[in-house]
This record gives sequence, C-alpha cells and structure tokens, in this order.
Amino acid sequence: MNIVVLVKQVPDTWAERKLDATDKTLDRASVDVVMNEIDEYAVEEALRIQADQGGEVTIVSMAPDRGVETIRKALSMGADKAVHLSDPALHGSDAVQTSYALAKVLGTLEYDLVIAGSEATDSRMAIMTPLLAERLGQPQLSGARKVTVDGGTVRIERQTDNGYDVVEASTPAIVSVVEKINEPRYPSFKGIMAAKKKPLTTLTLADAGIEADRVGLASAPSQVVEFSNKPPRQAGQIVKDEGDGGVKVAEYLASQKLV
Amino acid sequence: MSDDDFTVIRSQVKDFVRKQVVPRELEIMDTDAIPEDLRAKVRDMGLFGYAIPQEFGGLGLNLVQDVELAMELGYTSLALRSMFGTNNGIAGQVLVGFGTDEQKQQWLGRLASGEVVASFALTEPGAGSNPAGLRTKAVRDGEDWVLNGDKRWITNAPLADLFVTFARTRPADGSGAGIAVFLVPADTPGVSVGVKDRKMGQEGAWTSDVTFTDVRVPASAIIGGSEDVGYRAALTSLARGRVHIAALSVGAAQRALDESVAFAAASTQGGTPIGSFQLVQAMLADMQAGVMAGRALARDAAAMWVSGEDRRIAPSVAKLFCTEMVGKVADLAVQIHGGTGYMREVPVERIYREVRLLRLYEGTSEIQRLIIGGGLVKAAQQGR
Ligand SMILES: Cc1cc2nc3c(=O)[nH]c(=O)nc-3n(C[C@H](O)[C@H](O)[C@H](O)COP(=O)(O)OP(=O)(O)OC[C@H]3O[C@@H](n4cnc5c(N)ncnc54)[C@H](O)[C@@H]3O)c2cc1C
Repeated sequence: MNIVVLVKQVPDTWAERKLDATDKTLDRASVDVVMNEIDEYAVEEALRIQADQGGEVTIVSMAPDRGVETIRKALSMGADKAVHLSDPALHGSDAVQTSYALAKVLGTLEYDLVIAGSEATDSRMAIMTPLLAERLGQPQLSGARKVTVDGGTVRIERQTDNGYDVVEASTPAIVSVVEKINEPRYPSFKGIMAAKKKPLTTLTLADAGIEADRVGLASAPSQVVEFSNKPPRQAGQIVKDEGDGGVKVAEYLASQKLV
Repeated sequence: MSDDDFTVIRSQVKDFVRKQVVPRELEIMDTDAIPEDLRAKVRDMGLFGYAIPQEFGGLGLNLVQDVELAMELGYTSLALRSMFGTNNGIAGQVLVGFGTDEQKQQWLGRLASGEVVASFALTEPGAGSNPAGLRTKAVRDGEDWVLNGDKRWITNAPLADLFVTFARTRPADGSGAGIAVFLVPADTPGVSVGVKDRKMGQEGAWTSDVTFTDVRVPASAIIGGSEDVGYRAALTSLARGRVHIAALSVGAAQRALDESVAFAAASTQGGTPIGSFQLVQAMLADMQAGVMAGRALARDAAAMWVSGEDRRIAPSVAKLFCTEMVGKVADLAVQIHGGTGYMREVPVERIYREVRLLRLYEGTSEIQRLIIGGGLVKAAQQGR
C-alpha cells in the first residue's frame, strides 16, 4: 500500500496573520510557519496504515523554499520520502490552480491512497481533495474519522452532525481526514536527526510538467479584490445581577433575536 | 548534535511540556504519579537518553544544550524531569564518564531507551553533605564484592532497575577517599527498597530508603574497574548536575513569573487590576530580574563546562544563585496571588513547595558556598 500525504505549510495559527498590501496574497515571510495542524493527523494515519500493510509513505508539498521545514517534520514523524514542488512562478496560485499543480505532481507518483487534512487553517476552504479527485478522476472519501483498507477497497467513517456514514471506494482513492481520527505522534529525537537524510526531491514547474500560464497570481481565476482588518472587538455590556440577572440575559438574547 | 536538529528538538520539548504536561499538573499532583501515557510519550521521544552519547543510543546533548532543555522542563511539574533525570544526570553520567567499555555497553543503551531506570545511591543517614562520611561497606570475597549498608531518600528507587551505589572499600587515607561505586541491579538478592517517602512537594517523583544486606556483586560491577574512581565520579557527576539544576530553577521561576503576570493583569481589588499597584509591579520586576540573571548565569556556566574553562566553581555559583533565586521568585509569586496562592490547585502553590528541594539536594546552598569560597581562596594561595 503506497500512500501519498499532502502537507501544507501555514502561518502559525496563533500568530497575527496578514495579507501583503501590494499583491494581496498571504504574507508568509513575516510570520512563523508550521505544518497545517490537520495534516499531522493525515501523516499519522498514513503511518498507521503503513505499519499494518507495508508500502511507502511519500510526502507531497507545494510551498516556497521554506516549506522544507514542514516537510522535514513529516519525515521525522516517519514518512519515507518527500516531493517538494517549489517554483517562484507558483506564487499567488489559488485553490483551483494549486489543485492543477498538485494533480500534476501526483501524476508522477504511484500510489494507492492520497491522504490529506480536511482543510487548512489559513484559507479554510476545505476544497483541495474534491478538486483533486475531479482532476484525477479518482474517488474521494472526505471527512474521515476512521479509515480501513482491505485489499483494493478503502472504507471510511465520515463524521456527520448526528453520527457517521460508512463510505467506501476502490483504490486509488483520495481521503481527507478530521482531527477525531487519531492522535499524531511526536517525532522521536532519532527521527528528527534521521529526517535530513531521507530522500527529498525538489521539483520546478518544468520538472512536473506544469504549464506556467496555468498557475500564479496573474492568471488566477479567483482574485482578492479588497481586504480590510477585522474591526476591533466592541467592549461588552456588563449586566449587574440584582436578582434579575436571568431576566436581563433573556431580554438581551431576545433583543438580538437569538431566542 | 547539530544546532539545526537541536532547535527542532527543543521546540518540540517546549510544545510537549506546555500542551501535554501543563494541563495535567493537577492530575500528577493528585495521583502522585506521572500518567502512563505521558511516560510512554517521553520514552518514545527519547528523553530518557538525551544526555547519553549517541553511540549508546542517546542523543548526546552537551551541557549547553542540556540547560536549554532543562529550562523547558522546569516549566511544569518537576516530577516529569525527575522521571528521566537520574538516567541522564547523576546516575547516567557516572557510567558515561567513568564506566568501563563493557559497563557502558551493558547499561547505557537500556538507560537511553528508558527500558532501565537508574538511581544514584549516595546519601546515607549522617552522610549527605559530606559523602566522605558514608558507612556502606563493600568487602571483597574471592572475586566478588559484598555490600552492606543503608541509603536514604534515593530518587526513583521504587522504580529503579539499577542502583549506582557508593560504598566504602577502605578507610579514607592519603591515597584517596576509599569510596568505590558499584552497579547493583535492583533484583540482586539482599537489595531492599523501602516504602515511598512522604515529601513536601514534587508529587509524582518518588524517593525511598534502599538497604543492602549481604548483597553480592561480581568484580565487573565496580565502576571503571577500580576502587579509586568512585569519589571522583560522585564529585564530577554532581558538579555537572548542578548546572542542570540551575537551569531547571530558571524554568520554574519563569513559570511562576508568567503565572503571576497573568494573575496581576486580570485579578482586581475594588475594580482595580492588582497589576496596576506599584508594589505589585515591584515584585514582578524583582522576579523578572532574577529570571533573566539566572538564565544568563546558567547558560554561562554551561558554556564554561563545555569549554573546560571552569568545572568546579561556576557550577556551584550557578546552582547557588539560581536555586535561591527561584525560592524568592516562588515566594513572591505566592504573595502576588494573595490567598489564591495558598490554594492547592494553583500552580504557584505547587511551585513554592517543589522548588524548596532544589536548595537541598545535589549539594545544599551552604555546600555550594563552601566550594566557591574555598575554591577562590585556594586559587589565591596557589598564586593563580
Ligand atoms: C527529595 C529528595 C531526593 C533526593 N535524592 C537523592 C538521590 O537520588 N541520591 C542521593 O544520593 N541523595 C538524594 N537526596 C539526598 C540529598 O542529596 C541530601 O539530602 C543532601 O545532600 C543534604 O544532606 P543531608 O540531608 O544529610 O543534610 P545535612 O548534610 O545534614 O545538612 C543539614 C544542614 O547542615 C548544613 N551543613 C552540612 N554540612 C555543612 C558544612 N560542612 N558546613 C556548613 N553547613 C553544613 C547543610 O547545608 C544543611 O543546612 C535526596 C534528598 C531529597 C530530599
């Protein structure tokens, strides 16, 4: 069972995130970056399936040069090798273009499963796996809180509001996972030291057969037209409880049409 | 260990301490134990062997790197560090520095993986500050040695698989202290571990008496293969450990400070945040100054240890200053918290009790002063 895990480098969730004023893209340079949190669960799940079924786990990431740090983290958790798509021409690519580029990279690899996190903490679109499934013509199993693989069949429990659905597909398939699925391991210190020695292939657009005019800010189908900072939080309204606190809270909720 | 790799390791330990251990401090306190799942994570990560050389399966961090980890580990229940502290520190370093190749091969790999927990058994009734007074005896019998004596307050003894045991082989004389160190597996007949001591703090870290009654070990159990290595081993191992304890103190002090700042900013009296009272600000300022001075000193002492510039006075200076500093900082932290600071579920109450130990073990503050002052005078007399 060969598994590809898609990993995204994102600004630290706790840091103040900004858009670049000149080209309205995410300012990646001035913040700390981390592995998108749910992607850690994706890596963990791949490693667990591998422990059970054998095969190789390959990390794929599209990111600027600095993305190597995040790739290394996935390798230090135990993945076998990695492919890093890095090219200045990718700057400003939107989700649609990114899915095109990633699909091209996936096309150079042999796999039974692609596993990804269900969404990224920076863009929060949760759209990459469906886009990829469409482009690759492969089935998508989204929102998995459990994955089982049985020969050429992959079955998931898809988290729903009231419980879960059981969905299955034949491989090769694309699976997105949610945080409920497992608890990601901390890399062992030995794993951290070994990560640098694992095979890491860096691809440019040309290497991956990506057409330059189909990626990047200039040709992006979606454009950021305008943005502004979130308004500062309003000072709250303090209600003093003089025996009628409950009534006042209810009145407030009613006035906001919340009850 | 390269700086690159160490940076990643350090930030991971920081993340682990703050996200996994800090939320469970009360559980550790209430159950007087490190939860098994945390223990497993610590072992899988490799913390049992961070200071054991790579050739034996450890990470081989030097003391400069060790203090950076210690500052992170000091930020939470000190029992966490204690769990693997003896393997990396006082017990493990005796083997690293003074063991024969065979002894290292036999033990260090298992110490590094956490499969074996080692304890450092030096202190006895009447022989704490002055180990030269120890009375545990080792007597030769054919090729073997037979040990008899009582040790007390031995950290990790209830869990230990190996006791690094200090025993007298002859009275002190002109040629040395007459103290040798023996590797005594805990399951050797005649080794008996007492009940857990009830301590002031550091719940989750256990100590107890260890009694040796006609304990027979082979000649190969003597550290370094020589009767005369023991005392030097103790002194060196303790001196290195002092820098580590200094850094641990800095971590605990930083935590006490962070808790206090957060409390001062949020808690009000008559509607005014207590942090806007200048007397409270003064306490915070003194704490911050102590933390920064301690951090700089611990780092400096570690660098001098690694370069070989000073392995005697600087470690004692760092331990003396930093452990006293954290005592004051913890006291001020309780003060800033008011009555809240006297309540069991509040971190600074735990810190206040936990750090009291740091001024006592691995050489009391008085002993550090004797080493520093004595060392300075001796150097002057030798015309250096
Ligand atoms: C929780 C805990 C864990 C411990 N873990 C271990 C362990 O794992 N292994 C181990 O071997 N030991 C361990 N110890 C023992 C510890 O190292 C000793 O308690 C310490 O060295 C002090 O010795 P003592 O208790 O005998 O006190 P004493 O030496 O009797 O000291 C009493 C007082 O007299 C002062 N004093 C003593 N001698 C002098 C002097 N010459 N000049 C001036 N003042 C002096 C001391 O500073 C102190 O104030 C532990 C102790 C505790 C409490």
